[in-house]
Amino acid sequence: MIPESWCRRVVGNETLSIIERMRRNKNLQIISLLSPSMVWLLAFFLLPLMMVLLASLGRRGPWGGVVYQWNLDNYIRFVDRIYFKIFFRSVRIATVNTFLCLLFGYPLAYFIARRPKRWRHVLLLLVMIPFWTNFLVRTYAWMIILRDTGLINSLLMQTGTISKPLPLLYNQNAVVLGLFYGYLPFMVLPLYASIEKLDFSLVEAAQDLGANSLIAFRRIVLPLTMPGIVAGAIITFIPSLGAYVTPDLLGGAKSMMIGNLLQQQFLEVRDWPFGSAVGFILMATVLLATMLYFRTGGRTL
Amino acid sequence: MDETIAVELLNVTKCFGEVVAVDNVSLKVRDGEFFALLGPSGCGKTTTLRLMAGFETPTEGEIYIQGELMGLTPPFQRNTNMVFQEYALFPHMNVAENIGFGLEMKKVPKQEIAHRVEETLELVRLPGFGKRRPDQLSGGQQQRVALARALINRPGVLLLDEPLGSLDLKLRKEMQLELQGLQHQVGITFVYVTHDQEEALTMSDRIAVMDQGRVLQVGTPTETYERPASRFVADFIGETNFLEGVVLKRHGNYVVVEVADMAPVLAQSVEEFAPGKRVTAAVRPEKITIQTEERRKENNCCQGTIESVVYIGTDTNYLVRLDSGATMRVREQNVLPSLERGLGEGATAFLSWQPDCSFLLPD
Repeated sequence: MIPESWCRRVVGNETLSIIERMRRNKNLQIISLLSPSMVWLLAFFLLPLMMVLLASLGRRGPWGGVVYQWNLDNYIRFVDRIYFKIFFRSVRIATVNTFLCLLFGYPLAYFIARRPKRWRHVLLLLVMIPFWTNFLVRTYAWMIILRDTGLINSLLMQTGTISKPLPLLYNQNAVVLGLFYGYLPFMVLPLYASIEKLDFSLVEAAQDLGANSLIAFRRIVLPLTMPGIVAGAIITFIPSLGAYVTPDLLGGAKSMMIGNLLQQQFLEVRDWPFGSAVGFILMATVLLATMLYFRTGGRTL
Repeated sequence: MDETIAVELLNVTKCFGEVVAVDNVSLKVRDGEFFALLGPSGCGKTTTLRLMAGFETPTEGEIYIQGELMGLTPPFQRNTNMVFQEYALFPHMNVAENIGFGLEMKKVPKQEIAHRVEETLELVRLPGFGKRRPDQLSGGQQQRVALARALINRPGVLLLDEPLGSLDLKLRKEMQLELQGLQHQVGITFVYVTHDQEEALTMSDRIAVMDQGRVLQVGTPTETYERPASRFVADFIGETNFLEGVVLKRHGNYVVVEVADMAPVLAQSVEEFAPGKRVTAAVRPEKITIQTEERRKENNCCQGTIESVVYIGTDTNYLVRLDSGATMRVREQNVLPSLERGLGEGATAFLSWQPDCSFLLPD
């Protein structure tokens, strides 16, 4: 039982219950509404993040534990050719993937948004259908398609187009393909949302004023759908930069990405402090890239 | 009269799948004319306008703009500009950029664009508004910007798609006069789509009344109002009382029509109707005189009971139930209050009108 004194407090001559006090106080309402999510974020996001930060400033213990001796060695260690290579490869792959998703996603989103309403929902559902299957399983499916004895190679061999299998799997191209496949829907959905909102009489107005289709697209459609492009690019770029499953399964030794490095440091090398530092660097990169993107995007809006 | 034709439609049909939006329409819009396409929503007037602009291509027929066959000519190569219903101002550009867009497309030097934009802003009475964003403007101001954006290109034909539709009544009346004045000032042919018959009557030189994809009548406001060609036109433009009957005989300029339960009605008609043919005699409510006692017999007349009296300021509207059971609407200017004349609800009223004021419609 809650003691009476908790619930009631004397205000002037009035005794108010907590409910009544909340009804009168806007701040109290906001705090009480936000507190569940705040507690959640604090316990499961901010606290672990601080733990990772502390670990990244520590040292690896002899048996893989973290020894809290404060230093920046882990960050300094990252400035190394090997790690830099992995880092830039990740950025490059993520950028290429984002660009590919945009290149193929935009026409697709445009096409869907211009269909009659009843078709749009069907087509959007088709875009989202891959989500019904686990991403890992779908990545395995790509292995079956791409491997030496896989669908493509065996078909080409049987028809006599090639005499020995093409190296389709375990390289960077396979990683990019896998990421492109996985993140295309994430690009299409925000693009669709912004294109669908576009008032197409604006395009007609531009054409009426002497703009051909290309100019109308560049001057009207593109700037007005920029929010969708920015949103799509961000939610495609971030997960592809930190991708782990795809490069792990479809990539080879030369297509290791930051995600793989992280996993390796935590689970194989058991160097948690360095792994934590890598994690922080990844996060900082994403943050920086997002800010940059919002800036450039914001200018054209 | 040798006149130049700005827009000509020749047997134009436009189908959307099974739906025939425009059905074998032929029209001639004269150069410098204020031409209205009038009709209820879904009558094909907007599609007709879009065909002229080039946003739609005719399924059949030909469109000429200033004597040139359009065919598949895209909108950006036509000497027309359009003012859109919801204005379609580019939200990411300011007013000056919006208005200058057309000139920019024509690669006019920047300085000249700036100069002409300022000039056009003055024409539509919005000087100094260049730096504003469209969403900072009121509906009426957006309307003017849309107009300026089209007019600055000095098109051969300006197409307007219900441009005043989303303005409030008072502003609409103001803009009607302003638009008309502007048209006289710039001398550009206006093709104006509207569903508002009063707007069409007020502004245009000629009106084409459309229904179900067809053009029913083309004429000046006076012609379409005074001599409607069909029952639809008579009903759509203004109010009309219809009296159904059978042709009895011709009497000079008039045709005598036998209407059930009332004296024969005389109506003007150039057309010849065979006796016995079913026709509709029509008369506008404001042409009818309402009295408490019977009048001389040379006019058309009938009698009935007043069912309702509605005072609307300038006029009073009466609804009179005739002995035949039909109702007649009568509109009379308020010179004397109706009650002083003994024309209250339930009173017996005698209606009369001159034969010249009623017209015959084929049934």
